[in-house]
Amino acid sequence: MRRLLLLPAVVAVAACTTAPSVSEHPKPSPRELEEVTAVLKRDFRARGQATMDRVELDEVQRLCNLHADNPPAELARPIEETQLKAIPFPAGSMMGDWKNGEKIAQSGRGAMWSDKPGVQEGGSCYNCHQISPKETAFGTIGPSLAGYGKTRGNRPEIQRYVYGKIYNSKAYNACSQMPRLGHSKTLNEQQIKDLVALLLDPASPVNQ
Amino acid sequence: MRTVIGSAALALAFAPALAQQSPYAEYQRMARESAPVELFELAGEEAWKKKQGPKNVSLEQCDLGQGPGVLKGAYASLPRYFKDTDRVMDLETRLLHCMMTLQGRSREEATKRVFGNADNASEMEVLSAYIAGHSHGMPMRPGTSHAKEKAAYQLGQKLFFHRAGSWDFSCASCHGEEDKRIRMSGLPVLYKPQVARPLIATWPAYRVSNSQFKTMQWRMNDCYRQMRMPEPMFGSEAMVSLVHFLTVTAQGEPYRGPAIKR
Ligand code: HEC
Ligand code: HEC
Repeated sequence: MRRLLLLPAVVAVAACTTAPSVSEHPKPSPRELEEVTAVLKRDFRARGQATMDRVELDEVQRLCNLHADNPPAELARPIEETQLKAIPFPAGSMMGDWKNGEKIAQSGRGAMWSDKPGVQEGGSCYNCHQISPKETAFGTIGPSLAGYGKTRGNRPEIQRYVYGKIYNSKAYNACSQMPRLGHSKTLNEQQIKDLVALLLDPASPVNQ
Repeated sequence: MRTVIGSAALALAFAPALAQQSPYAEYQRMARESAPVELFELAGEEAWKKKQGPKNVSLEQCDLGQGPGVLKGAYASLPRYFKDTDRVMDLETRLLHCMMTLQGRSREEATKRVFGNADNASEMEVLSAYIAGHSHGMPMRPGTSHAKEKAAYQLGQKLFFHRAGSWDFSCASCHGEEDKRIRMSGLPVLYKPQVARPLIATWPAYRVSNSQFKTMQWRMNDCYRQMRMPEPMFGSEAMVSLVHFLTVTAQGEPYRGPAIKR
């Protein structure tokens, strides 16, 4: 459908030489960044659980905004390290219940002003990833996770990586487009363990 | 007004089922046959002419940028700078201004219900349908020469790429890369003119998926909700700037709305 819609426009643009040149992804200065935050403070208001502290930038968001999501490695690395150190990894096995993990992966709710906190929080995983082959309506912002454990096994180090990635994606890739689902308190320890099982448990449909 | 919109919803009650079989052609056919947009336009005309507020006058003398009461081409020239308020305004912000100044209504009362639902569209939604309809076929020409228009564009652009909120999203997280989708909905790269033009030039629009007529300020509001951000205030400078940025990116495109959307 998108293609169909685009076709006439492409023709129109080709015929039009006065189209404005829109600069791709501008890098704001630290001062401009502060100005944008001030605008958000003035023009937004708290609603439900979406309180105004959410417009304040933390070190990750500041870094990514200043560098148009593409920071030099020497600036990204120390921030990834602090994010990694702050992950409260559970002791022992991190494999929960994949069936529950599938439900959490399916749910796109959670952390919005329209959601009740603590009720049916989801990870929106299918919004961005292919995961179980049974779900064909998956998004493509992130890579496919189909067969994730089949190729990687489920050794403790893999469990730890997957747990950490879900808890705080930025600990491994500072400007990842993936939300920090544990760090933002959207998902709790048990929910993240259930997702680890969804990706790594040999019995999970993901690995069939 | 309620009955008019009620029948529009009825006419489209079968729409979501058809939508699943997808074809765009189906929407086109439905658009022609049931023309629900016209019903919203009709309700909007009624709202435009209705005397109300403490001053008990209609909006008919509202100046949308082309002179008091001039509707033709008004929407296609927005957002733009208005001297009387010394700020850039989009259609919805300007309508709110007229409700407050011409009709003497309070901001609280006039914004109590800017976004309606499937049973009952809001006054703002039907007014937008009616006024936008008068620009059909005309090229989108938002104001770009005044200093405040340039500033609005720049602020809008910065907001588009600004990552914040508990899920670290910017608009570009979902509208920044080609050929991406969330579940099955395609994600248009809205800062690219060739992508923005055919889409932005169709708002406000009737959304078949939830049987509602929706405006651009609603679209911004709902994307910020999905971004896990606090709620943007209706008609705020931030929202007008974002709409201005998107509209300038789409400029030149003949206005094809109010349209029917997925
Ligand atoms: C808004 C988009 C988005 C959402 C929501 C999202 N992800 Fe991701 N995810 C990504 C992107 C983009 C990447 C790749 C970039 C990176 O590694 O950070 C990624 C990477 C990953 C990886 C690492 C893959 C590898 O082999 O290194 C895992 C595991 C993962 N996601 C799991 C999940 C799970 C589980 C959820 C739900 C709780 C989830 N993601 C939600 C976008 C998303
Ligand atoms: C978490 C994902 C996400 C984010 C972040 C997001 N959007 Fe969207 N947006 C969507 C989806 C999904 C749709 C398509 C909905 C549909 O198909 O009806 C959409 C649709 C739109 C449309 C309508 C396009 C059309 O078809 O005409 C506009 C305009 C838009 N978004 C602007 C924005 C702006 C501006 C921002 C930032 C303030 C933003 N979006 C942030 C997911 C997002």
